[in-house]
Amino acid sequence: MKKQTGTAETKASRRQFLTGAAALGAGAVAGTSTARAGNPDNLPPNIPDWSRYLGDGVDARPYGMPSEHEAHVVRRSVPWLTADPVSSVNFTPLHELDGILTPNGLAFERHHGGIAEIDPADHRLIIHGLVDKPLMFTLDEIKRFPRTNRTYFLECAANSGMEWRGAQLNGCQFTHGMVHCVMYTGVMLKDVLAQCGLKANARWLLPEGADASAMTRSIPMEKALDDCMIAWAMNGEALRPAQGYPMRLVVPGWEGNMWIKWLRRIEVGDMAWHHREETSKYTDLLENGKARRFTWVMDAKSVITNPSPQAPLKAKGRNVLTGIAWSGRGTIDRVDVSIDGGANWQTARLDGPSFDKAIHRFYVDFDWDGREMLLQSRAIDSTGYVQPTKNQLRAVRGENSIYHNNGIQTWLVRSNGEAENVEVSA
Amino acid sequence: MSKFLLDVTVALAMVGAAWTTAHAEDLKLGRAATPEEIAAWDIDVRPDGQGLPEGQGDVIQGEEIFAEKCAYCHGDFAEGVDRWPVLSGGFDTLQSERPVKTIGSYWPYLSTVWDYVNRAMPFGDAQSLTPDEVYALTAFLLYTNDLVDDEFVLSRTNFATVRLPNEDGFIEDNRPDTPTLADGEPCMSDCKTGVVVTMRAQVLDVTPDDDDD
Repeated sequence: MKKQTGTAETKASRRQFLTGAAALGAGAVAGTSTARAGNPDNLPPNIPDWSRYLGDGVDARPYGMPSEHEAHVVRRSVPWLTADPVSSVNFTPLHELDGILTPNGLAFERHHGGIAEIDPADHRLIIHGLVDKPLMFTLDEIKRFPRTNRTYFLECAANSGMEWRGAQLNGCQFTHGMVHCVMYTGVMLKDVLAQCGLKANARWLLPEGADASAMTRSIPMEKALDDCMIAWAMNGEALRPAQGYPMRLVVPGWEGNMWIKWLRRIEVGDMAWHHREETSKYTDLLENGKARRFTWVMDAKSVITNPSPQAPLKAKGRNVLTGIAWSGRGTIDRVDVSIDGGANWQTARLDGPSFDKAIHRFYVDFDWDGREMLLQSRAIDSTGYVQPTKNQLRAVRGENSIYHNNGIQTWLVRSNGEAENVEVSA
Repeated sequence: MSKFLLDVTVALAMVGAAWTTAHAEDLKLGRAATPEEIAAWDIDVRPDGQGLPEGQGDVIQGEEIFAEKCAYCHGDFAEGVDRWPVLSGGFDTLQSERPVKTIGSYWPYLSTVWDYVNRAMPFGDAQSLTPDEVYALTAFLLYTNDLVDDEFVLSRTNFATVRLPNEDGFIEDNRPDTPTLADGEPCMSDCKTGVVVTMRAQVLDVTPDDDDD
């Protein structure tokens, strides 16, 4: 790779770049919006019905739902991906969202034994093993520890896993939708462990779920005492059943599989358990036949959500390019965007709160003259980690790792505004 | 000290007692979990055998249970049906284009088999097997992977003596494994020439239809 040079602005390729000030035929091109025109009876100079007649009162919708015109904004699955929908995954519709938070009803789901439907009155958390006092807690008792509110992304380690061998799925919902970001309310795990008293040789935790897969993962004590939480709320309301109601573990920045849902038990031990989800699964097979294990942290990653295959450009002229970036190592310092497949880059504008290990939102305001574009985004986090290209990852890992594919995504945007998932030459 | 000041001091002391926020102290939350409660839920097993209950089972018993409760998804010889997991075979495939990661070819520890079968199988009827049945199924899965003969009996006693072939096939996380800012600023302009599309998702046509809304 070439180093950044101070003469970039003088180059023609740079002048052609996305920039708010660039005059890529802005205003000279007639609008080509493909948006639905709507019913003329409801448009000026007419008066629509909702401006004349009364609407529903406050008792009509005790728990509010989105407008019926947003019915297409839903999680979707890829049926051929898994053997059975009970042990499967669906995907967050990233191209329909903005800001940094994921609505609770749209946060992707991954279950290994279906959704456990639990009455909190019938739920208990037992903590035992290398502790002074093995204890059992109700949800109400957990809520009596000092509370904290923290916003974190949760990404499945297999997010983008289908793309290791090349461009497969047409849409950021499917290529990148195994991520969500919500604000959790809960207590610090270290406070609850302190109540039990850790023995001197306590090195590992084994949290376990109450679902039909009895999900377990080994978690090192340093992480448990650093920033892990036991949470019961997301975005201000109780966890959804699909997200572990009545309580789940929060393991910031680390692969989603470790965030045990329906948390029923934590055993404290002196060595790792090497259970199924950290041996057979969630290990990263390399080209030489060896596999990395305990690959916990989610490396920095980004994706342009608009435009993308499910969200084509609808008009020439002024447009907003947007996307999300996140890193399990900290905050996002910078996102660069390219329209020519990675030949030239421009730094995007980050907007909204910047929380540790949370989704960050970026924008590029630009004028589009209808030219074909190869869109890419590249995230750089607060530790100096630079999101690699997919080919850089393949060069060191091969194509059989399944997990931890954080390579740079390319969307081909055609002159008609439609977009496609593609890969480009190095 | 005046009566007034004394009263204030007492009142503050009481408030302090009612609203203490120190961390190290005993918050008196939760109740003691009894040994019986812990034992009933403490089902995990480690590679060193910690957590294994008393019991035993042999290959033939395991084959019968497998045929009844497991083969529907995993196949009669653990070869896998449809997209359900393949549990046997796959030797010498880890460096191939299409690795087959099974208990015999990939899993590092036998304890993982016992633990997972016991906690999550049969799919849809978890935690229904007896310890002897789990020992028998584990013995049968060793047999389907050509790791024991058909007279093998697995028990708590001999469990730790059984090693899986790929135990040494794992390394610790050594990321980052791509250039970071420590290696220099990433290229911003004229980073490459002649960019061409090399692969297209549309050619594969495996994306779910969007017309179901």
